[in-house]
Amino acid sequence: MKTLIALVFAILPALSLAAGGGVHLDEMKVDLEDNASLQRGAKYFANYCMGCHSTKFARYNRVARDLGIPDDMMAENLIFGESKVGSLMKIAMRPEDSKKWFGATPPDLTLVARVRGADWIYTYLRSFHQDESRPYGVNNTVFKDVGMPHVLEGLQGMQVKGCALVVVGFDPLTGQDIKEDSCAKTDHDGNQVEVLYLEQEGSLDVKAYDKVVADLTNFLVYMAEPMALERQRLGFWVLLFLALLFVPVYYLNREFWREIH
Amino acid sequence: MSKMSDFMGWVDHRIPLTATFEKHMSKYYAPKNFNFWYFFGVFAFLMLANQILTGVWLTMSFTPTAEEAFASVEYIMRDVEMGWLIRYMHSTGASFFFIVIYMHMFRGLMYGSYQKPRELIWIFGMAIYLMLMAEAFMGYVLPWGQMSYWGAQVIISLFSAIPIVGDDLVTWIKGDFLISGITLNRFFALHVIALPLVIVALVFLHIVALHEVGSNNPDGVDIKKYKDEEGRPLDGVPFHPYYTVHDLVGIVVFLFVFCFVIFFWPEGNGYFLEHANFEEANGLKTPAHIAPVWYFGAYYTILRVVPDKLFGVILMGAAIAILFVLPWLDRSPVKSWRYKGWISRINLVLFALFFILLTWLGTQPATGVYAKLGMVGTVVYFGWFLTLPFISAREKTKPVPERVTH
Repeated sequence: MKTLIALVFAILPALSLAAGGGVHLDEMKVDLEDNASLQRGAKYFANYCMGCHSTKFARYNRVARDLGIPDDMMAENLIFGESKVGSLMKIAMRPEDSKKWFGATPPDLTLVARVRGADWIYTYLRSFHQDESRPYGVNNTVFKDVGMPHVLEGLQGMQVKGCALVVVGFDPLTGQDIKEDSCAKTDHDGNQVEVLYLEQEGSLDVKAYDKVVADLTNFLVYMAEPMALERQRLGFWVLLFLALLFVPVYYLNREFWREIH
Repeated sequence: MSKMSDFMGWVDHRIPLTATFEKHMSKYYAPKNFNFWYFFGVFAFLMLANQILTGVWLTMSFTPTAEEAFASVEYIMRDVEMGWLIRYMHSTGASFFFIVIYMHMFRGLMYGSYQKPRELIWIFGMAIYLMLMAEAFMGYVLPWGQMSYWGAQVIISLFSAIPIVGDDLVTWIKGDFLISGITLNRFFALHVIALPLVIVALVFLHIVALHEVGSNNPDGVDIKKYKDEEGRPLDGVPFHPYYTVHDLVGIVVFLFVFCFVIFFWPEGNGYFLEHANFEEANGLKTPAHIAPVWYFGAYYTILRVVPDKLFGVILMGAAIAILFVLPWLDRSPVKSWRYKGWISRINLVLFALFFILLTWLGTQPATGVYAKLGMVGTVVYFGWFLTLPFISAREKTKPVPERVTH
């Protein structure tokens, strides 16, 4: 059994199997105003994801414009192959091939944040673990038996699913964390509560890796609805106009109805 | 001034413009005691206009083929100038249209607006409601997402429950052996041409019938009983300008709420735009949970409470059909619930609450407690209609005032 202290993202299946059969998801705070985060997210996406996943409903230059990336820098760093800056963000991998390689064609990710939600993506990308029974040697607690290999293994390292000491609280007297063996508890199906812990470290520590995933998630949320900020900005003015319009309309009505009893 | 009246004279000699305006606006007398609930008719009109106008603009960029439909919606959302706004106005508009229609119908139930002599107004209204459901269903298929596809699969397959001709009928509706681009294309035709024409025609009839007998009011009294020496109802005011300026206030408030949702909450927590519908249709991948959009929820629940498919379809059909005969089920001597007995009032509130419950249940999986609640709700739904003739005929009513109250 491993002792683990820095394990903040212990996944407790006991909490998880709530209505809908969903897994417990860690909360991710989306910030579409954070351009630096979105730019990093775009960079990670182009480098780690776009080999297999397209965002074929979006265009490179729209992303560049929205994220404040100059077109030429976009073309140099984020566009691979023969695509033009005004092209849709398609990929060269053929669906028939990828289906053979992974068991399923990697889905287009333009709208994944609207289908799954930010929390799902954020948790999913941090929930790969070793599983020798799978073709690529990894499984995922959020998406069981997914065909995707752990693309970010170099950054995160490799996790193992099993029993571990997890931090369950903080003792103010001793100033130390209170730890508990996860497998001492069972979920409502009587299974031991297994958690994920790092067995092999990657190039980043846990905090830095979480930040990479957060940037990536942030970018995908932007990608799913690129006009979200514009929508809210315009919405403010529309509501203000209607609020102001209410005043003359209200008094006009009152003036007409004054004589009616 | 005289040039203007010359011009109007020229027009009026050729088409009854002034006469029509007077008949339906400036000399159409509406009861002066309209309350909050009487806004929803004009809101429904507003939503109809919204759907038609935004629909026209969406059609300019939408491609009704299985290969391109989903991508063309995203093209509208991303590449078309202000396309996202038009799309959200249309998709949120559909939900708001139904919210407004349900409020409008509830108003009719409260004040007995379906009673003699307004039976035809009610029947035209129910026909509009029925056509609106068909219109919304077909519109929902067009973006060709997973719920579009599988929702269509579930609803169209209901017709297969009909004995003997069922399976052939399903193939005829689909135009194919499975839901395909052919189905999408014909639904597009029906959604943008056939059904809107029918709906607009029915709305016209709804208004003509209304203006023939005059509007009901929260007291359910006949304002034509007491008139002044010039034949104008004492309790009425000309629709224009009194109700045009009055409705304007309501419209601004309504638009505020509508725009708030469009700009800040367009998905409505997955009720106005379902999460699963952001995934392109895939005939080989059945979603774990197929749910209709919220406005069909009540009927979907009623369909599911019966384990037998044919009987479920019959029950669902009956749930809609029974609405049409309501004017003959209510035998109360008074119109408005203000003057009906307390049993009628409590029953109507219960009916409305259970309808909301049934609607919500339709979006949830039908298991455990939900399934049982669905049964209770179904019994209450039909129970309200079936007990209405007895309760309304026997119940002691309060005296209805001669003139409207405020």
